[in-house]
Amino acid sequence: MEPVSEKITLDNQLADWYFSNRDLLMSSSSSVFNSVRPAAMESFRKLGIPDASFENYKSTNIPKIFLSPLNRYIEEKKILFSVDDLFHCDIPELDTELVLIVNGWFYENRPRLQVLPGGMIVGSMAEAARQYPDLIKAHYSKYADYEKDGLVALNTAFAQDGTFIYVPRGAGSDRAVQIVNVLLSPEDLFVQHRNLVIVEEGATARVVVCDHSLSARQFLTNSVTEIYLGPNAHLDYVKLQNENDNCNQISTSFVHQERASDAIFNTITLHGGMIRNNVYTCLNGEGASNQTLGLSLVDETQHIDSYTFVDHAAPNCTSNQNFKYILDDKATAAFTGRILVQPNAQKTLAYQTNNNILMTSDARVSTKPQLEIYADDVKCSHGATVGQLDPMAIFYLQSRGISVREARLLLMYAFGHEILGKISVEPLRERLSDLVDKRLRGELSRCNSCPLHCQETC
Amino acid sequence: MLSIRNLKATINGREILKGINLEVKEGEVHAIMGPNGSGKSTLASVLAGRDLFTVTGGEVLFQGSPLLGLTPEVRARAGIFLGFQYPVEIPGVSMTSFMRTAINEQRKYRGLPEMSATDFLKLMRDKKALMEIDSALASRSVNEGFSGGEKKKNEIFQMAMLEPKLAILDETDSGLDIDALKTVATGVNRLRRPDNAMIVITHYQRLLDYIVPDFVHVLSGGRIVKSGDKSLAYELEEKGYDWIKEENEA
Ligand SMILES: Nc1ncnc2c1ncn2[C@@H]1O[C@H](COP(=O)(O)OP(=O)(O)OP(=O)(O)O)[C@@H](O)[C@H]1O
Ligand SMILES: [Mg+2]
Repeated sequence: MEPVSEKITLDNQLADWYFSNRDLLMSSSSSVFNSVRPAAMESFRKLGIPDASFENYKSTNIPKIFLSPLNRYIEEKKILFSVDDLFHCDIPELDTELVLIVNGWFYENRPRLQVLPGGMIVGSMAEAARQYPDLIKAHYSKYADYEKDGLVALNTAFAQDGTFIYVPRGAGSDRAVQIVNVLLSPEDLFVQHRNLVIVEEGATARVVVCDHSLSARQFLTNSVTEIYLGPNAHLDYVKLQNENDNCNQISTSFVHQERASDAIFNTITLHGGMIRNNVYTCLNGEGASNQTLGLSLVDETQHIDSYTFVDHAAPNCTSNQNFKYILDDKATAAFTGRILVQPNAQKTLAYQTNNNILMTSDARVSTKPQLEIYADDVKCSHGATVGQLDPMAIFYLQSRGISVREARLLLMYAFGHEILGKISVEPLRERLSDLVDKRLRGELSRCNSCPLHCQETC
Repeated sequence: MLSIRNLKATINGREILKGINLEVKEGEVHAIMGPNGSGKSTLASVLAGRDLFTVTGGEVLFQGSPLLGLTPEVRARAGIFLGFQYPVEIPGVSMTSFMRTAINEQRKYRGLPEMSATDFLKLMRDKKALMEIDSALASRSVNEGFSGGEKKKNEIFQMAMLEPKLAILDETDSGLDIDALKTVATGVNRLRRPDNAMIVITHYQRLLDYIVPDFVHVLSGGRIVKSGDKSLAYELEEKGYDWIKEENEA
């Protein structure tokens, strides 16, 4: 089959799936989702699954990962398992508010929606849309633009559940919210979830997201997360991707920041198949600051593709994009970092770096900065490096009795440390540093080789 | 302890060491002097196991066993230490984790258990004091942003931590101010024992006032062209290297 007609067939199949399930979708969801669905579907039919003809998707063959036959469900298929078992599987166990999402659906090991001391609300997105339609409506689909990206359109057309976090004005606790996205199924599965994080004026939130697979099946996740930060709000968001190598993932996040808010959005990728991460940031109010960071350790035939877009829409904002990749074996990676400085965004500071270490001559990385600057009083910089570990440094370490293996580990760990060091929750930083160290040592379970055989529970 | 016999080495096909002979016994300090580019650092690197150089002839015995087939880390664990002429900066690796890894790798090799955190920190503290090393320096990344003199002191600090049998110090005195030179020399002298040995590469007789050598060798054009006692260093200081070259040509 021709690639073009393959894509048309794929797009049609997904559209058909929508139309044949539209009634079920509509009747089972809140009007907040339903009111946007038709327009999102219309947009999807125009855009389809992005192939290489889309400028932003040249580095990753997205249609290909949609082509393998995966099961898709509009209704939740209940899966039971022991929550305690989770933490044997290299998911950091932290003192957090734990929200469990299984195959995109809220898992009822806690109330579907909970108001915590201080007024924070945490739980299921579907439930939140039912209970707080006005609150959701003010933000839902306001930042995630389904008219530009077919994957966002697809997610919006089918949106049903995911995680909801709301931190009201001035509130916030030191306790982090941990979202564990679990993939667990006896069959290959396509999963979409839709998440919303609202941090109102002066509020503080810490969110840790752990993506994890517990079955050795093939999964494809297409998730969309919208994040709103009101004036002076603070957010520390860390996403840990640790799925087995049969799991492909497209994760698209939109971070909307108002005046003097500040956000760290940090993605740590340890395992996975083909991963595409999109992070769109809009600095919409004066004096906002944002750090979009990433550390990816990929090997074998893994592929990681990060796309970041920082839109400086207001003056005096600061942004820093810093992505680091370590590639082994035949792994491939891409980084595209776009910075847009709008005409009124004077005194913008915008930085971008992408540093890569290739452990083999078969590993490949491509890096592409895109700067569009329409204001004159700005400071922007970008830089990228691709290199090997410094042989002189390895010899120096060896000359003190350290083996080559240990020397390489020290250097790789040091390389990643800059990103890990930005994690503000100390126990989390330590746990993640440990996981990265284990990953570098090849001791981190790939789940399908996990000694606990969690998959037998389903 | 160390016997070097007719050692030859090349880099990119160019012969740098053209037949070195040197015998170092326990308790001895040997100084190697010689013009720039004569091969002093090359000799040190070859002894430490840098694979940039190809050994094309000769042999080296360390404590009776052949050395040249061993990897750099195995040589280090066997007790060879190289104080680098140009210590390497390693951003992101703290001095502490560097030294802890080195010590534990060496202990593992000797069949000893890992050093406990408290013992390790105490050792660090003692050796820092010995070398008059600023505490802040030890909490930074290896050599990163260290001044020239700080880097050299840091080499001797590492030597103090690892207590090698044979230390090869390549121009450890270059770039040191007078006080630092004394500190380094004192540190080195305290590490001298009847059962270990040192090869000190230097351009300046001044260092040898502090670290008094048993032998002084002149390396020139890839060969040891003259050996003597410490008075040779004074003679070199006074006359330069030309008279040796002339003497050899005659
Ligand atoms: N990495 C290298 N690549 C090419 N040539 C090299 C390399 N390292 C050393 N050499 C050459 O080998 C020769 C000996 O160098 P070496 O560094 O051993 O001299 P040295 O006696 O230590 O000099 P100095 O007193 O200046 O430190 C020089 O001609 C030098 O250019
Ligand atoms: Mg030299």
